Amino acid sequence: MPGSSDALVLARLQFAFTISAHIIFPAISIGLANYCAVLEGLWLRTGKAVYRELFYFWSKIFAVGFGMGVVSGVVMAYEFGANWAGFSRVAGSVNGPLLTYEVLTAFFLEAGFLGIMLFGWKRVGPRLHFLATCLVALGTLLSTFWILASNSWMQTPQGFEIVDGRVVPLDWLKIIFNPSFPFRLVHMSIAAFLVAATIVAGCAAWHLLRGRSGEGIKKSFSMAAGMILVTAPIQMIAGDQHGLNTLEHQPAKIAAIEGLWETEKGGTALNLVGWPDMKEERTNYALSVPHLGSLVLTHTWSGEIRGLKEFAPEDRPNSTIVFWSFRTMVGMGLLMLLLGLLGLVLRLRNKLYDTRWYQRFALAMGPSGLIALIAGWITTEAGRQPWVVYGVLRTADAVSPLSSQQVGTSLLIFIIVYFLVFGTGIYYMLKLMANGPPVGDQAADVPGDAGKGIPGFDHRPMSRATDPIDE
Amino acid sequence: MTIDVPLIWAGIIGLGVFLYLLLDGFDLGIGLLFPFFDRAEEREVMLNTVAPVWDGNETWLVLGGACLYGVFPVAYSTLLPAVYLPVIAMLCGLIFRGVAFEIRSKARRTQNLWDLGFIMGSATATFCQGMILGTLLQGIKIVDGRFAGDAFGWLSPFSVFCGLGLLVAYATLGCGWLVMKTEGDLQQRLRKLLKPLSSVLLAIIGVISLWTVLGQPAVAQRWFGGHNFLYFAPVPLLVLACVVGIFRSADSGHDARAFILMEAIIFLGYSGLLISIFPNIVPPTLSIWAASAPRSSQIFVLVGTVIILPIILSYTALSYWVFRGKVRHGDEGYH
Repeated sequence: MPGSSDALVLARLQFAFTISAHIIFPAISIGLANYCAVLEGLWLRTGKAVYRELFYFWSKIFAVGFGMGVVSGVVMAYEFGANWAGFSRVAGSVNGPLLTYEVLTAFFLEAGFLGIMLFGWKRVGPRLHFLATCLVALGTLLSTFWILASNSWMQTPQGFEIVDGRVVPLDWLKIIFNPSFPFRLVHMSIAAFLVAATIVAGCAAWHLLRGRSGEGIKKSFSMAAGMILVTAPIQMIAGDQHGLNTLEHQPAKIAAIEGLWETEKGGTALNLVGWPDMKEERTNYALSVPHLGSLVLTHTWSGEIRGLKEFAPEDRPNSTIVFWSFRTMVGMGLLMLLLGLLGLVLRLRNKLYDTRWYQRFALAMGPSGLIALIAGWITTEAGRQPWVVYGVLRTADAVSPLSSQQVGTSLLIFIIVYFLVFGTGIYYMLKLMANGPPVGDQAADVPGDAGKGIPGFDHRPMSRATDPIDE
Repeated sequence: MTIDVPLIWAGIIGLGVFLYLLLDGFDLGIGLLFPFFDRAEEREVMLNTVAPVWDGNETWLVLGGACLYGVFPVAYSTLLPAVYLPVIAMLCGLIFRGVAFEIRSKARRTQNLWDLGFIMGSATATFCQGMILGTLLQGIKIVDGRFAGDAFGWLSPFSVFCGLGLLVAYATLGCGWLVMKTEGDLQQRLRKLLKPLSSVLLAIIGVISLWTVLGQPAVAQRWFGGHNFLYFAPVPLLVLACVVGIFRSADSGHDARAFILMEAIIFLGYSGLLISIFPNIVPPTLSIWAASAPRSSQIFVLVGTVIILPIILSYTALSYWVFRGKVRHGDEGYH
């Protein structure tokens, strides 16, 4: 008995909600862990105290993000079975092991090195401490590796056979290194760096706007602006390459992203804006530029791109959603590019720290990395529909045999609990950011060495920050 | 001869679930005892006894879920829909409890609210775990590898009773832990709770055992068929002996005795569950072999697990060792 169609919609909403809430925290942890490793490396190299202060400050926020990521991740470990029994039954033999490796990696990391990074500053030498920080940063990327191997396999599955309606893995190397995996891994990792960079820039801009201009604040503003300047263009190149890969393996996704219905001969136009209508099979109010589609998507003047009408209606992703989620992501990317370039101009004119409109822009761009990240994930996930494992298993066949009341109830519970719990977590992170890195004499105090015994044993990331939450 | 990989995995996951009950049981129990101790410094001490270890204890739940998914996907995809709402409520309870645990030490004005979240989260998680175990013991209808039972099959007098039973079990376990880790007036008052708690627990274990044996012929056959009862009789007898031991330790004796005996009862109860259902992973029909992922999946995960599991185990043991001994009010450094 497959679930009802209402239950399917609710289960999809639930997954979208819980995974969107979850991904915020790992993305922040990945970005900030690597930023912390850079800060500590710079401190070891230059001996300048400002880097160490910034390390203390941002490692607190990293720790809260990491803690929240672990807590919200527990739900994901059970949601596949609870809501997506069909998927677990058919493809659990591939996705389950990959996710188990992620869990093992994360625990190994937490057990071994997180405690030293967060609490062991006084107990191990600076070089060993730096090594621990680097391993934590590397560990967050290893977690990314497993999660994206699993997701990419669902997008471009290979290395398996179907026996009795179930996936049987044949070649794990092929499964992990499937065609879309390298592109998605690079795109996601850079996205996490941009998440951290925009947050750091926004935080520093907020303090500059309030007239706090300690060395730490200026330094982090400068570093973040520089990071965005370098990373935003690289991310665009990575995204472009990812797009070429998608055109090869998931042409319907590209057609839906571009709101393209007909296969145009002799060069495809690009819809800049418009409103794809799935029923009328056309994109209304389209503003399009001739040949730009071919140029962007095939890198040729008249490359052919298959329109949505070449795919059966039941095989088409929802173009209205992915058309706009994609444009949200690209729009954020272009704004980041602008932020980076303006930062360069102001830096060359020595005005980076005292241009108020630029600081307001940077503050407004604080969440842009996260918005782009979520919009990008919506694009790739909704663009894979109506398949959960592309070409192998339809989403409608993946849902659990549950009633819509059950799934609706659990969705409601999740929404309430998540807003309360993770709302508090985000509020606390914002509060820590508002307190800012220490200025002047405050910095002499070395925080974060609570706990007794051997380093690494007070390893709860959430206990790293001690600032009160409600004062 | 080929190695029976599903059997190895059943052993690993069985161990994981057991460690979870053993370890997270007592720290959930502290949340259950929280309402009875409302002085700020007492609550501080109670929480400090588990602060360094509680999140490690929940490791086993995540690892268990992930391994079940990767290794026994048929069990994972039939059990979870069968106990859908209890699982969701349990997860939300654990989230609430975990975050409340961490935030309360950073809260001043709102600390009472977070304490309430800690209590409610602990109670919800425990009750739901008991209902899940009860539902599993009653059996889940599976047809063609899919859950085919009633949507509210998890809601029965038996499962609700198991939920209440686990609340008592975890509270007793938490009480034993706290007697071991505290001293003075707080410890004396905790000791007084041991007798009533363990008596109720013994009665509950008795009722659940009878209910299962009378209600399920297959379980009765497992326990009483042939000479089986001769082999399995030590289980109920040892439970009885443990409760007698707890009674005696309530008045005097070593501070750790009640806790160790209580952990022994958890072990015996868990053995009873395994005796009743093995070799099924989801009774009454799904065996560990039928629930298994393809051999290549099981071996792939086994490689990583064999390397990392011993590290996690020794790390866990070491952190309990480092934080051994009594916890006093004013001990710095846990939060």
